Amino acid sequence: MIRALDRKLLRDLWGMKGQAVAIALVIGAGVATFIMARSTLDSLMLTQQGFYRRYRFADVFASLRQAPDAVRERLARIEGVQDVETRVTTAARLDVEGFTDPVTALIVSLPDRGQPLLNSIYLRAGRSVEPGHNDEVVVSEAFAEAHQLHPGSRLGATIRGKQRTLRIVGVALSPEFVYQLQPGAVIPDFRTYAILWMARKPLESAAEMEGGFNDVAIRLQAGASVEDVISRVDQVLARYGGLGAISRKDQLSNRYLSEEFKQLRQMATMLPVIFLGIAAFLLNVVVTRMITAQREQLAILKAFGYSTADVALHYIKLVVLVVLAGVAVGVGAGIWLAKGMVVMYMQFYRFPEILYVLRPPVVVTATLVSVGAAVTGTLYSVLKAARIPPAEAMQPAAPAGHGPALVERMGLARWLSQPTKMILRNISRRPAKALLTVVGIAFACGIVVIGGFYRNSLDYMVAVQFRYAQQQDITVTFVEPASERAMYSLGQMPGVKLVEPFRVAPAEFQFEQRMHRTSIRGIPEGNSLFRLLNTKLQPVDLPPEGIVLTDFLANQLKIHPGQMLTVRVLEGRRPVRQIPVAAVVREFVGISGYMRLPALNRLMREGPAISGVYMTTGAAERPAILRKLKNMPRVAGATLRESAVTNFYRTMARQMLIFVSINTIMAMTIAFGVVYNSVRIALSERSRELASLRVLGFTVGEIAYILLGELALLTIAALPLGCYIGWGLSAFIVRNLQTELFRVPPVIFPSTYSFAATVVVSAALISSAMVSRKLALLDLVAVLKARE
Amino acid sequence: MRMPTLPNTPAGEVVFSVRGVTKVYRMGEVEVQALRGITLDLYSGEFVVILGPSGSGKSTLLNILGGLDRATAGTVRYRGADLTHAGDRQLTEYRRYHAGFVFQFYNLIPSLTARENVAAVTEIARSPMKPEEALSMVGLGERLDHFPSQLSGGEQQRVAIARAIAKRPAVLLCDEPTGALDSATGIVVLEALAGVNRGLKTTTAVITHNAGIAMMADRVVRMSDGHITGVEQNPYPRQPRELTW
Ligand SMILES: Nc1ncnc2c1ncn2[C@@H]1O[C@H](COP(=O)(O)OP(=O)(O)O)[C@@H](O)[C@H]1O
Ligand SMILES: [Mg+2]
Repeated sequence: MIRALDRKLLRDLWGMKGQAVAIALVIGAGVATFIMARSTLDSLMLTQQGFYRRYRFADVFASLRQAPDAVRERLARIEGVQDVETRVTTAARLDVEGFTDPVTALIVSLPDRGQPLLNSIYLRAGRSVEPGHNDEVVVSEAFAEAHQLHPGSRLGATIRGKQRTLRIVGVALSPEFVYQLQPGAVIPDFRTYAILWMARKPLESAAEMEGGFNDVAIRLQAGASVEDVISRVDQVLARYGGLGAISRKDQLSNRYLSEEFKQLRQMATMLPVIFLGIAAFLLNVVVTRMITAQREQLAILKAFGYSTADVALHYIKLVVLVVLAGVAVGVGAGIWLAKGMVVMYMQFYRFPEILYVLRPPVVVTATLVSVGAAVTGTLYSVLKAARIPPAEAMQPAAPAGHGPALVERMGLARWLSQPTKMILRNISRRPAKALLTVVGIAFACGIVVIGGFYRNSLDYMVAVQFRYAQQQDITVTFVEPASERAMYSLGQMPGVKLVEPFRVAPAEFQFEQRMHRTSIRGIPEGNSLFRLLNTKLQPVDLPPEGIVLTDFLANQLKIHPGQMLTVRVLEGRRPVRQIPVAAVVREFVGISGYMRLPALNRLMREGPAISGVYMTTGAAERPAILRKLKNMPRVAGATLRESAVTNFYRTMARQMLIFVSINTIMAMTIAFGVVYNSVRIALSERSRELASLRVLGFTVGEIAYILLGELALLTIAALPLGCYIGWGLSAFIVRNLQTELFRVPPVIFPSTYSFAATVVVSAALISSAMVSRKLALLDLVAVLKARE
Repeated sequence: MRMPTLPNTPAGEVVFSVRGVTKVYRMGEVEVQALRGITLDLYSGEFVVILGPSGSGKSTLLNILGGLDRATAGTVRYRGADLTHAGDRQLTEYRRYHAGFVFQFYNLIPSLTARENVAAVTEIARSPMKPEEALSMVGLGERLDHFPSQLSGGEQQRVAIARAIAKRPAVLLCDEPTGALDSATGIVVLEALAGVNRGLKTTTAVITHNAGIAMMADRVVRMSDGHITGVEQNPYPRQPRELTW
């Protein structure tokens, strides 16, 4: 048999079903965001680990100019080395039918027979290459999808200046290229960069490297020291033009993947924690007010011998029931959303399959936070109510000092109608309660702002980085450093307006114990296409001497202008120099060091060499220019600024924006739940008073004005506060969202504020309409029957 | 103070011993002196009527006896146990197992039916009646499943009485229990109270300003302005059905 108290609980619950649903939605939205974010991240990381393990992702990687096969044995003898896989890799230009932009590829050798020892490939379609068929290649899935290539498709390729036709036999994925990024690029572009796998023999001859290799992958024995192995490998390969071995940590795909996961982790921690925190706070407020409104029933139960603990438990059950319903909805929605998110990320990070995981601690945390907030709110108000002797609590609450409101005292009273005075008096009578309502609505408004700010920040970032700092239409990179003559000949092409050279060299920076691997970019004097910006985003000139660092990089190294930076160039003669840091520049995307072009050439101990050219062109001539560039053997690639921007929005930004859009929807849900609850609680607190007014002859419209006018006033007061909270939280999030890949600036457009205000005002209007219906049905007889 | 030795005050055992109790309500600047030094004993099994004009402090005294409120000064003992300094847990236990209340305002739980309102109390009592039994004692056997909002004021008050007597309390404290009832129903209610008093030897205190009801009391305590102005013994208590008002 159900106990009488539990019946009361169920009936009370049914009586407040509207509010219960609103509370459950608030908590559900908070929990869903949390579950979605955490389990998306956990799933991606689990998937990554699984892929790395099953496809034997190497621990150490090294590139070199060329070494004879025999060197393999020497590498294998290094202490701590388990397996060594030598490979041949080469860059190539590809010709895809019907695609005008230049396409480059990295071709990696596969053993002539069998799977590689390390970094093996997962075949999505077709088969691997077979010995004796020299034109066979396996192509990376992302590229294959971008151009709809299948086993059987053909590709034109230029390797070492020689044209040939390759036959695709398979489509594959590799732990080495989960994040398929062209070296030097910041954003992957699946249409213009491909990974191809070819059998070792034919690739050796194509790359003119018979009997040799230029790339090594190593697996370490358990417990071996990475640093020791790397330095031994570097010793062995030094004679063969070794470019410096790197650990997994610095491997391009893995490093960017880690950075992305780091960013995702921060996003997946802060936003949901803020959401859940705010939902919990709002829940706490709502529950406190709800229980406070029940103080009379609480006193009756106590008068009949229920202990404070019994009563607390009773209300805790009520609240926990609602909260658990919300948590259940939130977990369900969170899982559903996370599965969708993971699928989306898979288009970007290339894994063979998704391992979906929702770790129990994530659910437990979400539940504990929600239930904890509700229970503390309940306990607080029950204990507060229990302190009042039951005899007093059963009396109607003593009307707190009624008096003229501030505006009335200011002498405005005679312009105010009676109902307006009642609104103002009610607010000034209980300022704490009014403030709590304002804060609640403000937070609701604030999280809608957070939902929108990210989009604004990305737009701003793109505008500054790709449209303001960089003015070039096309960036041309050469296969190897060229003389300035190459630039002049490009400048002569019809339609080319301005050309500006640049030199890029991979380098390692060190200050004290902190090291960072990136590149140095040489920029000529009087540069006008590629511009550097100071912290106020004004273009600045490079000083003739010294090096300039991206602000983020300088912060990472903890180095300031005037201090000496150790620069280890990882190309050519590999010089190591101490160079003073001349300045820092603000960049939102990527990190780099910058020097004047002649200074960089001097550092490299080379003549006036350039790595590529920036150019502006007439729009009409651009396709013709690209076609010509494609056929120049010394041109490795050409990127269009506008397609880089489109690509950015299509790939990297899209994941984040979808994540943020979902959050916006959740924020809207929370906003609605909070506003609706505020009105409903106000109604239940004042229904007796309002009904009495009806008895005295006030119309439904007039009492609605008294109740909802107050809400309107509080909502209007909450909007500016809410925008401020949103701005503050966004700035906080941004500060924690900085990675090597990009640093989102804290920018909120006015449209985002007005959107948030619109959401809150709509929630208020809808709630008002729902409550007005109840006002028309107020039970006047009940008021007469009751004792007051 | 007189120590009454009445035949219907069995063994003369003191149930409540009130000594110099005062109660001051503070509302901001204003102080209201509700009780100004009450000294009184209530005996096991007796039926006491407290008479006095409105505002004389009757409800305040009864609430203090019931452990619903605390005295400002003085002591109240229940069977030797100090209620004035009892903790929340002891007071809860006292209210749960020993005292039954009937309030001036019915104070029913609106979301529970008549039967459930009684059950809410019997479920935590030691040897209660069935809720149905208690409700038929007040003539509401037919209205078990009605909600308070579906009952008249008088009917709600009878549910409140059923709720108070259902747990067979040792003391029954009633604040104007018949105030809202017509005389016929009032007599039914008073008979129920008297029946519990005699049958279960429940010490019963009833507040009223109806002098007629005083005729059924063993003793009558008169109050005025926070003082006890007189205690009278009634050697020949009447049966409720003999009363008129
Ligand atoms: N909670 C309270 N706060 C302030 N004054 C009170 C409170 N309860 C009762 N009083 C005052 O104490 C006095 C005695 O009240 P009460 O005991 O209810 O009288 P009675 O029950 O005899 O009518 C009255 O003047 C009343 O106004
Ligand atoms: Mg009274």
